[in-house]
Order: sequence, then C-alpha cells, then structure tokens
Amino acid sequence: MALQADRKALLEGLSGKFRNTIIDTLFKIQTGHPGGSLSAVEIVTTLYFEKMRVDPKNPKWPDRDRFVLGKGHAAPILYVALAKKGFFPEKDLETLRQLGSHLQGHPCAKKTPGVELSTGPLGLGLSAAQGMALGARMDGRDFRTYVLLGDGEIQEGIVWEAAMSAAKFGLDNLTAILDYNKVQLDGTTDEIMPLGDVRAKWESFGWHVIEIDGHKVEEIADALDRAKAVKGRPTIIVARTVKGKGVSFMEGKNTWHGKPISREEYEAAKAELGGGK
Amino acid sequence: MARVMGKAMRQAYGEALVELGKKYKDLVVFDADVASSTRTIMFSQAHPDRFFNVGIAEMNMAAMAAGISTTGKIPFINTFACFMVLRCADPIRSLMAYTNLNVKIAGAYAGLSDSYDGASHHAIMDIAFMRSLPNMTVLSPCDGGEAAAATEAAILHQGPVYLRLHRNETPVLTDYSREPFRIGKGKILRDGRDVSIISTGYMVHKALDAAEALEKEGISAGVVNMSTIKPLDEELVLECARKTGRIVTAEEHSVHGGLGGAVAELLARKHPVPMAFVGVQDTFAESGDYEKLLEKYGLTPGAIAGKARGLVRGK
Ligand SMILES: Cc1ncc(C[n+]2csc(CCOP(=O)(O)OP(=O)(O)O)c2C)c(N)n1
Ligand SMILES: [Mg+2]
Repeated sequence: MALQADRKALLEGLSGKFRNTIIDTLFKIQTGHPGGSLSAVEIVTTLYFEKMRVDPKNPKWPDRDRFVLGKGHAAPILYVALAKKGFFPEKDLETLRQLGSHLQGHPCAKKTPGVELSTGPLGLGLSAAQGMALGARMDGRDFRTYVLLGDGEIQEGIVWEAAMSAAKFGLDNLTAILDYNKVQLDGTTDEIMPLGDVRAKWESFGWHVIEIDGHKVEEIADALDRAKAVKGRPTIIVARTVKGKGVSFMEGKNTWHGKPISREEYEAAKAELGGGK
Repeated sequence: MARVMGKAMRQAYGEALVELGKKYKDLVVFDADVASSTRTIMFSQAHPDRFFNVGIAEMNMAAMAAGISTTGKIPFINTFACFMVLRCADPIRSLMAYTNLNVKIAGAYAGLSDSYDGASHHAIMDIAFMRSLPNMTVLSPCDGGEAAAATEAAILHQGPVYLRLHRNETPVLTDYSREPFRIGKGKILRDGRDVSIISTGYMVHKALDAAEALEKEGISAGVVNMSTIKPLDEELVLECARKTGRIVTAEEHSVHGGLGGAVAELLARKHPVPMAFVGVQDTFAESGDYEKLLEKYGLTPGAIAGKARGLVRGK
C-alpha cells in the first residue's frame, strides 16, 4: 500500500527533526559519528514510525518486531528514534557517551530499553538477526527482524557466512537493509575495498534484492512491504544513501565519519537543516 | 608532579613506521579501514607500494600477513587492539604463534583509551590472550618515544610480536635517544625500600605519582616500567620481591591474566610475597571521558597508593 501523503509528511518531518537533534547532541558532546548517523535517518525513522510493531511500555514484549543496528556507530539515530518513540526520556540524549549514562557510544542491549542487540564491532548484526528470525519461526511468532548493515561492514567475512545460512534456512521473516553510501572510514568503498556488483552478490547467495533511494520515505516504506511479501527467502533492501546526508559539507566525506563538530561547522549545519529542535 | 606531555603512542608509532620503512625495505604495512586512527595513514603516503588497506576484514588481514611473512617480508598488521584480539585471534594463534611467523601485531586504542566508544571498543583482555600464546612476545610501551623504540625492536626480533599502543597523548617518561629498546628488560624508574610498584603502559606515570604521594607519608615505593610483558623480566621482578617484600602491579587491563597475573605466577613459583593488583575488576567499563573513566574504574595514583599502603601496613 502506497504511503499516504500525511504519513509521508510526518516521516519527513521527523527525519528533519532527528537530523537536528543528532547534530545538536554530537556538537554538544564533541564525540560520536555524524556521517553514518545522518545516512540512516529516513531508514530508521520509517522503520520505527511506520512499519515496526513495538511497545515502548513493554520493550520486552515477545511479539515485538526486532531492529538490529549492525553498524552500531550510528547509535545516535537509533537513540533519537527510541527516545521519540518513548522508550526513555528525550532528555537522556544529552548524556550520550558520558559517564553513568545508559546511552553508550555503541548500542548496549543490557543498558538501553529498546536496543535489541549490543553492536559496535562490525559484522555480527546479520548473523544475530538471523538467530532472532529463526527463533520466531520455531515458536510460530509472526514478528519480523530487521537489520541495518553498513556497506563497509559487509566487507567482513561473517556477513557472507550469514548470507549463505539465512538463504539456506529460508528466513523470509528477516529483512536486511544495506546503507549503501559508498563511503567507509578511510575513504570511499571503491578506494578501500570495492564492493563489486552488490545486487548480483546477494542474489547469487539466494536473497531477494530490492534497490531504492534510501532517503525517500515512500520508497523505504514500499520496499519494506514488498520484502514482507517475499516467501521462502530473505530480502535485502539496497538503499542508496549519502553519508552525512543533509549537511552539505559532510556529504560523501569519509572525514566526517567520526569527527567532532566545531562551533562554526555547527552553525553552518544548523542553518542548512533549518534549525529547530 | 607536572610532567611534560609528549606524543600519543599511535602518532609516534606512525612516524616511526615511516622512518623504519626507509631503513627496512622488507617492511610492509596492513590496515583494516582504520588507518587514520592507527596513524598508518602516514606510512601509506610515504610508502604507497608497501601499504595494503584490506577494508573492514581483520581476519583476512591477519592471515594474509601470516602468508606474506613466509616470503621474507616483515608485515605489521593494524587495527584497534580489541578487534585484533577478537577478530584476528585464530590466524594469530594458529598461523603466527604456532609456526613462529615473523608478523608484528600492533593493537591500537588499547586499554580504555578509546574511552567514549564504550566497552564494545575497550581492550582490557588483549594482554591475557597474547601472553597465553607460545612464541608470542608482548610489548607494552609507556610513552611515544618508547613506542617508537619498541617498533624497531619488534622488527629486529624474529617471531610474532604484539605491540600494545595507546590512543591519547602521554607524559614523556623515557629517553631512547642513546639506547635501543631491549625486549625482556624492565626498568627501575624509582628505587624503593617498602613496596615495589610494577606498572606498564599508561599506568606507569600514575605509578610514579603514587610513589611521590607515598613518600610524603614516609613510605618508600619503587616503580618499575615493565614494557615487555612477555618474556617477563623475571630477574627484575624477583629482585623487587626480595628487596621490598611487597608488590603492587598496575595496568590498564583486566586484573585477570595481564601483567599482574604474569608477576603473580612467577612469584607464586619462586618467591611468594604479598601482592595487590590495580587494574579493571571483572567488569565491562563504559563510555566516558578518559581520565574520569580511569578514576571510576580505580586506575589512579590514589588507587595505586592505597593498595601499596595497605600492603605496607599489613592490611
Ligand atoms: C570489526 C570492526 N572493525 C573496525 C571498526 C571501526 N569502524 C567503525 S565504523 C567503520 C566504517 C564503517 O563503514 P560503513 O559500514 O560503510 O558505515 P557507514 O558508512 O554507514 O558509517 C569502521 C572501520 C569496527 N567498529 N568494527
Ligand atoms: Mg558506508
């Protein structure tokens, strides 16, 4: 079902707000990863505010949909979405990465309500998400498991071990989303480790592949619906994105992977994002 | 005491690699998409034909380095210390240590020094793993100059070497301008009669601060910089035990299996004396400002002095 105009406007509005909050927070704490967080804003927003079945008052509800942030360094966008959703107070965001906070530099499932899996060391997310999907099927539960992968992250060998097994086990209740921004830490993926034909690779491993623009909420929503309809095999949504999206001087730049934001940069970024909080 | 701040170990190491690359033509450097953090980016610019970035694929990097070492090259592999242990463990044990291959393993951001990234990125188990491997040499310098000197010593040593590197700037404690780094030799930085503090890495200057504080209370504490953890300088440890009869170890590592473990294993066999251990207790740490984190987890001059005082007063 196509995304209705009011829903589209709502998701876009939230995305804009979330970008502002991410920049505000990372500027304030002078640490953290802006590039990869901004890249995933629409994807995470559409999941949590349009598609996923979760209950912030009952974060451990057994039938909840699961979201795994494979690329754990994008924790800020996850935290912003979880806070808005009501898993914890929005003012907690100010404590990100500070001593005593439940908001760790990378997601910690033991500390933060709504975080399903501790991530940070790249590559483990897809395998773990598979386990969740397998558990759902064994118990006859109809929840879906979503996992967001970085395109640098898929250079890890374990990702391809998981790609093989998820296909073997026919996990059609698992949807992976690739944040295909073509930039990693040291440079572009082409410079550091070319990914080749991403669609052909996943297809040859037995996956259904959908390609979309990862900043268009209607395309994301539609792809998530289509993935749900695929039976007998897992689906990966290859979402073309821009690392640092929304802040022109960060866009496409590996140097903005994990750099503190200066006062001037903060003001320029806020002007572009239209301010607001 | 106020000390002169020097280069971060990673910076000194990165610069040393560039220079050593000129001297040792067989030197090759691998990184796994963290070259800007480990500082091998400088080597990649100076010696592009001898630098290989394998992307986010640490295990591939390690096994590849094992292979290239059999052709006479001297590879350095680079990633965060935590991923070095967690992802490269198998090639390090099964290829490098087992066959005594000539690979140099540089673990960056060791201890809690990647503080804000959180427990997922801290490396307080690396010494325990590395020192459990036969044939492995484990080096843990305390400042930039020592890190650079240890890098050349690693090249000159035949066999696998783990080089434990810290992220942030450190006070200058050593001077290697007139002597080489000697693997297997610790150094007495301060003499003491009542208690010996055997320390390593970023904790060495904290140990010195602790000794100064203790002196004001009339407790004479010796301080050792144990920059090789394996092979351990047994003679020096035994000399300390005989002389002071009390040992405190201080390290930015779990209290299990690190320097403290190495010293205790030796003393239990050859000269048991009362000991106390400063390190991270059996827990994961958390995100936060580096120095505040060290404080919260008990890695301070005060904590070291407290343990030393306890031993001296027989508590
Ligand atoms: C196993 C592992 N190796 C290295 C790192 C360090 N690291 C964190 S993020 C990153 C780059 C990630 O690039 P990508 O997956 O493309 O993420 P994005 O571009 O979406 O930020 C690296 C190398 C890590 N977290 N885990
Ligand atoms: Mg990327």
